[in-house]
Amino acid sequence: MKPYGNDKVIDMTIMSLIFIAGIFCLVPLLHIFALSLSANGPILSGKVTIFPVDIDFTAYKTVFGNPAMIHSLFFTIGLVALFTVISMFMTVIAAYPLTKPRLKGRNFFLLFIVLTMFFSGGMIPDYLLVKNLMLLDTIWALILPGMINAFYLIIIKTFFSSIPVELEESARMDGAGHFKILTHVVLPLSLPVLATLSLFYAVGRWNGFMDALLYITNAELYPLQLKLYEMVINSQVNDMAIAEGMNAAAPIPESLKAASIMFATIPILLVYPWLQRYFISGMMIGAVKG
Amino acid sequence: MQIATKRHTGAASRVRTNSKSSLVRDWQLYLLLLLPLAYFFIFKYIPMLGAVIAFKDYNMFQGVLASPWVGFETFREVFAMNGFYIALRNTFMLNLLDLLISFPIPIILAILLNELRVKWFKKGAQTILYLPHFISWVIIGGMAIQLLATNNGIVNNILKSFGMQPVPFLTEPFYWVITYLGIGVWQSAGWGTIIYLAALTGINKDLYEAADVDGATRMRKIWHITLPGIKPTIVILLIINIGHMATIGFDRPFVLSNPLVTDVSEVISTYVYKIGIQSARYTIATAIGLFQAVVGLIFLLSADYISRKVNDQGIW
Repeated sequence: MKPYGNDKVIDMTIMSLIFIAGIFCLVPLLHIFALSLSANGPILSGKVTIFPVDIDFTAYKTVFGNPAMIHSLFFTIGLVALFTVISMFMTVIAAYPLTKPRLKGRNFFLLFIVLTMFFSGGMIPDYLLVKNLMLLDTIWALILPGMINAFYLIIIKTFFSSIPVELEESARMDGAGHFKILTHVVLPLSLPVLATLSLFYAVGRWNGFMDALLYITNAELYPLQLKLYEMVINSQVNDMAIAEGMNAAAPIPESLKAASIMFATIPILLVYPWLQRYFISGMMIGAVKG
Repeated sequence: MQIATKRHTGAASRVRTNSKSSLVRDWQLYLLLLLPLAYFFIFKYIPMLGAVIAFKDYNMFQGVLASPWVGFETFREVFAMNGFYIALRNTFMLNLLDLLISFPIPIILAILLNELRVKWFKKGAQTILYLPHFISWVIIGGMAIQLLATNNGIVNNILKSFGMQPVPFLTEPFYWVITYLGIGVWQSAGWGTIIYLAALTGINKDLYEAADVDGATRMRKIWHITLPGIKPTIVILLIINIGHMATIGFDRPFVLSNPLVTDVSEVISTYVYKIGIQSARYTIATAIGLFQAVVGLIFLLSADYISRKVNDQGIW
């Protein structure tokens, strides 16, 4: 069989191409990780690649010893937890009634929700609303405006609809009302999709940046992403000023920037195995239109 | 199934005979919906109405409703702004280049992944390729600054070690655009394969077996079975992407830009931020946002129209 030898070569080529793509994805992260653990000398002489040189924990000690950074971390963890709980609660109580075909006005409610996926007031009307509601510089500015994701709502609704009607029917025979059916029948059967979407809400909130940039000016309420932006990206302008010989603040060491980046990335890497176990199935449910 | 239909028709006829009872009977369902609907009304529909300040001389103390109407005066002002045209041009330019470069790569990657026969290798590769999608733009921006710095970034250090000149990846407009596109590929190429991989699982395995019997090579099978199998998905995603040509995210251009490259990096979303939030010129910024929304809607509806012609199926 001649084609087989040829096939092996093609297999190896494909594996190498994918391997290169994987390296391309991982190397930037590995390099930042190496920078965060390296001493300043090797960094400045360009010796650090993907392995740390002269391992040095100073940068991490500085990050963890920085009260503002730790405050921001705990604030962000609290924010993410509160946001996820409220979002899931709101999404579930919206999705359940919409699975009932006999509900009067159901199609109108669905349209009312789906339209918001295509139209929005825009950045400034959103900002003015938050301002007029006196939510600027409060944690609620980061929770309320993005509380329900219409796309996730559709995913949960589709999943609820796939639960056999007979189960609810028998609970109803036993005298259960909607609240009881929701909490005792529907939710226990939906744990995988609830876990998936909780993770999605949590990751979205953890990574969210624009709303904090718009709505938060009080440094006490800076989520980690905004803190990181100020520290790593905004300091770029400062570094340029230094390079041009202008008066500017002292530059932030590269290892400290790298350690701060890792500080905000590691939580995502920790939940990533769970995320990726569920997201494909989650996306598939969403792809099947409800 | 039988139970379901029976219940459904039963409920429908009851509703018809006495519509008042539906509120009484389903009060729990309406109660559950109350808060979510209030949310959508307050945080989604009120800002849509709030966008009318683009046609008003908005005064914070009078509020949206009481401020006097000025018609298209604000838009006339917007169309006289040079920065607006630059932002509009850059939005289309970056989106178009993004489409040309970022669109084909997930297709190629998905076909390659699909050809992998070693299960663990495929799984591992997918895990790694999807990862960048979950990293925030602020972190990506920070990493880009460290990796691509002209004076001591690792990429330029490598170039220098080969005797090449350092490349100003982030500070020179031409290279900035390339950096912007490359980072887009890094962030989205792996994640973009998911939808194609899903489409690939739908291809009938018998086709491959029949091709084997006919002695077809790998390349021929890819060309004559795999590609035609995902062609509808490719076409629909292409049309959706064209439909989004006028809209651009905020985070990616914002975190990657710096004062040296605003000529190419200023896009509508960042321009609205600059005018509206940083300069507090609310009506001008709202008008720019509204203009973009209208152009975006025209693109999207045209895309849907084309999709119906080509695929006999809308994009929704």
